[in-house]
Amino acid sequence: MVRTFFGFIGRRGFEFVDVFENFFKEISGLYYLTRATLYCTFIEPLRGKPNKWRPVWTQMEEVGVKSTTIVFLVSFLIGVILAFQSAHQLSRLGALEFVGALVGVAILRELGPLMTALVMSGRVGAAFTAEMGTMKVSDEILALETMALNPVKFLITPRFLALLIMLPCLTIMADLMGILGGFLIGTTTLGIDPVTYVNNSLDAMVVKDVVTGLIKSAVFAVIIVMVGSYMAFVIEGGAEMVGQNTRTAVVVSMILVIIADLIFTSLFFFVL
Amino acid sequence: MIRIKNLKKSFGEGDKRITVLENFNAHMKQGQITAIIGGSGSGKSTVLKHLIGAYRPDSGEIWIDGEEVSQFKGEELNRVRKKFGIMFQSGALFNSLTVEDNVALPMREHTDLNEGTILIMVKMKLEMVGLRGAEHLKPAQLSGGMIKRIALARAIALDPKIVFYDEPSAGLDPISIGVIDKLIMDLSRKMGITSVVVTHEIPSAMRIADKIIMLFKGKIIAEGTPEEIRNSDDPKVIQFIEGSPDGPIPFSKSLTDYGEELKEMSRV
Repeated sequence: MVRTFFGFIGRRGFEFVDVFENFFKEISGLYYLTRATLYCTFIEPLRGKPNKWRPVWTQMEEVGVKSTTIVFLVSFLIGVILAFQSAHQLSRLGALEFVGALVGVAILRELGPLMTALVMSGRVGAAFTAEMGTMKVSDEILALETMALNPVKFLITPRFLALLIMLPCLTIMADLMGILGGFLIGTTTLGIDPVTYVNNSLDAMVVKDVVTGLIKSAVFAVIIVMVGSYMAFVIEGGAEMVGQNTRTAVVVSMILVIIADLIFTSLFFFVL
Repeated sequence: MIRIKNLKKSFGEGDKRITVLENFNAHMKQGQITAIIGGSGSGKSTVLKHLIGAYRPDSGEIWIDGEEVSQFKGEELNRVRKKFGIMFQSGALFNSLTVEDNVALPMREHTDLNEGTILIMVKMKLEMVGLRGAEHLKPAQLSGGMIKRIALARAIALDPKIVFYDEPSAGLDPISIGVIDKLIMDLSRKMGITSVVVTHEIPSAMRIADKIIMLFKGKIIAEGTPEEIRNSDDPKVIQFIEGSPDGPIPFSKSLTDYGEELKEMSRV
């Protein structure tokens, strides 16, 4: 009885250790891939191997330009929702005209970067894993290696640069659309005077809000690309694993985006 | 050209360790076609993966063009890799690129030739495999045989000294197999390319190879010219050539006794 009890505890203990071991294995894998990507993207061009820009343009169109519609829609609606939700509470305090300030600050500091990153980890992160994962299972990545081409430089670098440039751009547009959504609802349905709305908004918003939002979105870009690529590169086997890892990539990058958001928000809260 | 000495490789850890290759020796001469044949799981693809630097041997040496390459990595490995081309079993063409871009890719990345010259060279390579005119198609629009031919055109894009073929005729119709065989022979005979063909297509290997190495469970069981292999009196070799389902290489892959296993099950 006692023996089975300890046996049970021991086995569970080892299972628990296994989970941790796997977790750290994945984390270190992700770290090494990120390091290799940073090296290929920023250091190698300085050592006489310039980046090719054509694949970067292609990827920028793929991840950036083609994502504008969904980002616009989501952030506009978030602005509208935020205006409605805050109007109810603020009007009870008799501060209805501060809806603009609340919407503006919330969008700039938090919801603009975060919602854009979440939408993009679904749209772009999944596409990265599925595309490169299929290449991995059909030996295309091995073919690249045997052609003496570095798959990190060839596949990840263009995607990395593209998203690093495009995610902050999309975030700025999302900010504008969100504020526009709040403005439209504020001035029509809620009946706030447009001039008051704009003045209150501008008073509340400072440049720092925009900058912190953009710093965050650059970090989110790194997370989305690296998780998506890592999940593709570790695929062994067939189509089933591509599906599984695509799902994992989206889930993990969403979670990491939110964790990173928490870390940076608290950092800005205490430091800046 | 290529010399492999005492190559050994095993996978797994502890009691699950499986030796895939043992004491593999081979010498592939310049301009010759060497065929490595054997059943599934005999270790023939493992040999190929060692040659292209995808695996590292547990022990043994691999000499390519006068260099011991088995411990190379990074830049050194890339330098060696530029000396050979590979035709993968699936073709492994880049699906997002057109045929032209696929064949041009190694040239664009590794040479300083201008775009006009590259396009002319692509056309020449495509003409060699008989597919000039397919430049602007995507791999998804090609048939299996055409994919392999384009893969061959890409493998020889940089005029390598060595070309490795992984199952060049798997899954093709007899005419396409004939075409691929002819291309492999032309390349070796006319251009002096050293070819290593990993295959299980016996007739095709017999037709093209100067030397055949037959593997069984990670060990070489026969080696020699097609004529010598055909006249071999080793029962395993005969079984493989004739394709008989049962013989010294057993039909059943199960390790346990059938009767014992059934008795065990009825007891429960």
